[in-house]
Order: sequence, then C-alpha cells, then structure tokens
Amino acid sequence: MIRVSVQEAPLDIAAEHRALAQSGVGGIASFTGLVRGDDGVTTLELEQYPGMTGRMLTRLAEQAAERWSLAAATIVHRVGPMAVGDGIVFVGTASAHRADALEACAYLIDRLKTDAPFWKREWQGGESRWVEARACDDSAAERWDTK
Amino acid sequence: MLTILYFAWVREAVGKAQEEIAPPPSVTTVAELVGWLATQGEGYAEAFADPGRLRAALDQEFVSLDVPLGSAREVALFPPVTGG
Repeated sequence: MIRVSVQEAPLDIAAEHRALAQSGVGGIASFTGLVRGDDGVTTLELEQYPGMTGRMLTRLAEQAAERWSLAAATIVHRVGPMAVGDGIVFVGTASAHRADALEACAYLIDRLKTDAPFWKREWQGGESRWVEARACDDSAAERWDTK
Repeated sequence: MLTILYFAWVREAVGKAQEEIAPPPSVTTVAELVGWLATQGEGYAEAFADPGRLRAALDQEFVSLDVPLGSAREVALFPPVTGG
C-alpha cells in the first residue's frame, strides 16, 4: 500500500508509523528529515511544483515496491514555512524482511532529493537565500542506478 | 501557445509564477526557449543568463535543455531541486 502526501500540516510521525504497522509485517524502516539550525537559520521555506511533486513521489514509491518486497511505503513531504527542528520529510517502508525495508527507505530518500521538484529557502532573521543543490545528493541518488 | 511556469529564484527574477507565451517559430528546443526568454526584459535576462544553472520539465517530466519542445503544452524552468 502506497501513501504519498505533500502538505503544509506538520508531520505526525506516530500516526504514519501506526498506519505502516497495520500492514502486519515484520518491520518498519523510516527516515525523518528535520530543519537544521546551521548558520543562524531561523525558518525554512519549501516551494513545490504542484501536481508534479505528488506524481513523482508516487512513481518513486512504486519503483521501490517493484524492486523490494514491501507491504507498505509512505512518503510525506511538507511545503511552506517551517521552524528549526520541524520535520520536513518522512519516508517509511514496511516489509517482512529488514533488508528490504532498510534499503527501500534509503532508496526513497536518496532519490526524492533529486527526483522531486521541491526548492528550499533559508531565512536568517529578515534575510533569505535559496539553498543550492549539492553534488553529493546527485551521487547518493546515482548509486541506486548501478545496483 | 505554451504555459510556462517558473519556480524559486527564477520565479522571483522573472516576477511572475506563470505565463502564456507564443515563442517565435525559430524556438524549437528548451535551450532555445531559454535563450529567447533571456531577451524578453531585465528580469528575464537575469533569470536566464546562465542556462547551466537551470533545469526544466516538459508536461511535468524532467528533461535536459537540449530536448525539442515538441507538442508540450506546459514548460517549467527552475533551479536544481533541493527537497528532502
């Protein structure tokens, strides 16, 4: 079962975890990305390409479900303004086997960073800057191409 | 007629999120569209001066800048994505 949500509301990780557990399988792997407070950042703002984000996230979850044995996969990504320490993204995978759950979870967060149209902007008090893409995110996503 | 969407600092430089545009017939690829948009005013010149900083999607699929526009109806131009 695939669940994808792009939302302004805060992440409810306990609820997402409970929903994944309802698949009745052996284990759940999850990753939660948080707003970092580096360099005096006070607020993070996320912009998206509405319509395309949901489709791309669903496609990634479907690809993960083809590649690994999954009972369920959840991707929740926030948009709009967020405070330091808030969750930005939750990825959860449920499987009878831990290796499948862990690898699929890593795949989803690595690929999401390069394959989904979101843009981050950091605010430091009244000043803001758009976050630049990092080469290490490209290489993290590419490692799944060759396996 | 093409619907063009701009995101992040491209949107801010152009000064709008979306517009309907009929580019000249000589514009057949995404890169040519970017080159033509760069001539459409000050904000456009700033946004599209360096195609190396841009990424694109045609009808909501990522493409490289050298692909033909073909029969696409929606073109999006934006910086490299930074989600997650």
